[in-house]
Amino acid sequence: MLNLRLSRPKALLLEVGVVFLLVLATVFGVPPLLTAAGQAYRINLLGRFLALAIAALGVDLIWGFTGLLSLGQGIFFALGGYSLAMHLQLQIPTGQLPDFFSLYGVSQLPWFWYPYYSFGFTLAAVVLLPALTAALLGYLVFRNRIRGVYFAILTQAALIVFFNFFNGQQKLINGTNGLKTDTTELFGQLVSSQPIQSAFYTCTVVLVAVAYFLCRWLTSGRFGRILVAVRDDETRLRFSGYNPTGFKVVVFAIAAALVGVAGALYTVQSGIITPDAMSIAFSIDMVIWVAVGGRGTLVGAILGALLVEFARNNLSDQFPEFWLFLQGALFLLVVTVLPGGVIGWVRTWRIFPPPTVTTYPSLEVDLEPEDDQQDSRD
Amino acid sequence: MLSVLLDTLFDGISIGSVLLLAALGLAIVFGLMGVINMAHGELMMIGAYTMYLVQNSFGGLGGVWFESYIFLALPTAFLVAALGGLMLERWVIRYLYGRPLETLLATWGVSLILQQFVRSVNWAMVIGLVLWGALILTGRLLVWPRWGNLPWMSRVWVIAAGALAWGVGALAGERFGLALEEPWFGAEGVDVNAPDWLQGGIPLGDFQLPASRLFIISLTSICLLGLYLFLQKSPWGLRIRAVTQNRSMSACLGIPTGTVDALTFALGSGLAGVAGCAVSLLGSVDPNLGQEYIVNTFMVVVVGGVGNLVGSVVAAMTIGILQDLFSSGILPLLLGDKNPLTGFFNFFATDSMAKVIVFALIIIFLQVRPAGMFPQKGRSVDA
Repeated sequence: MLNLRLSRPKALLLEVGVVFLLVLATVFGVPPLLTAAGQAYRINLLGRFLALAIAALGVDLIWGFTGLLSLGQGIFFALGGYSLAMHLQLQIPTGQLPDFFSLYGVSQLPWFWYPYYSFGFTLAAVVLLPALTAALLGYLVFRNRIRGVYFAILTQAALIVFFNFFNGQQKLINGTNGLKTDTTELFGQLVSSQPIQSAFYTCTVVLVAVAYFLCRWLTSGRFGRILVAVRDDETRLRFSGYNPTGFKVVVFAIAAALVGVAGALYTVQSGIITPDAMSIAFSIDMVIWVAVGGRGTLVGAILGALLVEFARNNLSDQFPEFWLFLQGALFLLVVTVLPGGVIGWVRTWRIFPPPTVTTYPSLEVDLEPEDDQQDSRD
Repeated sequence: MLSVLLDTLFDGISIGSVLLLAALGLAIVFGLMGVINMAHGELMMIGAYTMYLVQNSFGGLGGVWFESYIFLALPTAFLVAALGGLMLERWVIRYLYGRPLETLLATWGVSLILQQFVRSVNWAMVIGLVLWGALILTGRLLVWPRWGNLPWMSRVWVIAAGALAWGVGALAGERFGLALEEPWFGAEGVDVNAPDWLQGGIPLGDFQLPASRLFIISLTSICLLGLYLFLQKSPWGLRIRAVTQNRSMSACLGIPTGTVDALTFALGSGLAGVAGCAVSLLGSVDPNLGQEYIVNTFMVVVVGGVGNLVGSVVAAMTIGILQDLFSSGILPLLLGDKNPLTGFFNFFATDSMAKVIVFALIIIFLQVRPAGMFPQKGRSVDA
């Protein structure tokens, strides 16, 4: 057996180096290559899917590490996307309103649009608006020790509520038609133009790396251990004198912020944001990216998002009918046969020995940390 | 004014009874196994399509057949959906006990497959599926035992049989063209024509009670009563209640928990099928039908509390009536133009905005009663 484990500082340095090289390669190497291969449109796709990878990192943080299955991440995705889209819509001569308002006979800009004139506020809103929404929702839910499937269902219901709200309010945010960004201007250039899109692509790649290191930092220290403890046995953590509520709220908010950033980046690269970003299916897709890649591993989240989305993109074009069957089968496969995802499967090859997990004996016996749903009624 | 209020109340109760019918099955399954079945809505959809099929085969005969096909459709839908649920339990969920979140994802996968199946099912596909099933059965009974049940051999067999069956189906489709390849239902909705006696209404004072809604309310009452009697009076009902209360202890006392799980799941799925029949009377039936109901039915279970029929009834009626109260815009009407709350209620006076406010109320309610209206009593720390 080949043992490649390094000492900690060396390993960290190696990791930083590898990520740095990957970022450089993706920013400077991949676009010319794809253009040369006559697949230039795939640069845009890659940019979009990398944006989704940031969302996947957020989902991995709460589901993979903390065990909170949220089916409502679409809310935060849309909040981030709408924030940036609103700012772009306002890049018009002073005194004018965005086009769609005239359709509904609105002559006065709704009050909550005004702050979005400022670029700084918009950037802050992309991060903070989802985070604060998540913190509020999370506090109300976690305070009452609502968890497991209850939490999943409540987040899904919240998702439906936000969807209905955004979908029904034509006069405020153009309802079901959503906000277009590709015909708007940023710094005097059309958003859909080549230089701006390249800038967004670079920005996305860099932010994936930043998000990766943020999650890496969060999950490696003391905080990370508490997250894993919440996942594996929250009651025991509580009995050890910790109050998990605060940690759960914080991690839920951070994940929401990541998803919000992903939403903003995805929106500007796809050209539009509609309430469909809050469809039930999309939020569950985010979970499946992480499940396919391997939950509890950050590389897995990124890899899973890219794999699933490229597969969807290729297969749903060729066999539109077949894709849903495949996707359904993927869900079944990932939970039954490959619970560790791709990364977990690769680890079984034993080239890189998995880090030994120190845990208490009962976990090794049942190997089912989420068992408490069953026990709670006994 | 009174009649408007009564009208709203009646509408609310009828919305609530659809919710309740859909939630009954979910509630007993969730109470028993602690799993969320995301494919519950799709089982409803299967029930609705069964109703459509029965209507097409018997409704066409006309006369008394058309008038009464619904009484054949209800048990058929129950059986078909129960069978679907049984297969789901035996083939998927059984392997995921104790992992509720994984079960949720797996059943979501199943729901995607079912939706697409209904959209694209045709004779060629059915031929392929039947052939595949037959080959697997043959392998299981005749071939694998002789090979000494090698695990990888059975996998190869299943995959090879699948490829063969697919090939045969595709070939047959190619050979006979549209006769085999035309989708049965297609992606668009189909309509179930209610018999005449369900289309009218019963006049009561100055407004009409629509007969279909009355029918749904009575159907829900009958199902509720039947379920209550089954759970309280029959030996299997007793076992179900025992496992719901304490699984390990029931197992120790010799109750076959696996059988109880399968039975309950089939029963819950069958009820979903009946709910699908009811829903098909209210509007057109399409592959996305399940999605529209599923979250609301979950809310009923969450608010009502686990494993408790009374809770589900109260929760369903409350949610139904509240939903209708807000969406019908009757509150601003009652308050008059002067009242400061009128503008607030007007803002929420559409279907989608009513959902927003009802959900907000649910969150507030859960702050007070996190385990629902009628929580199960227990001494567990996690309760």
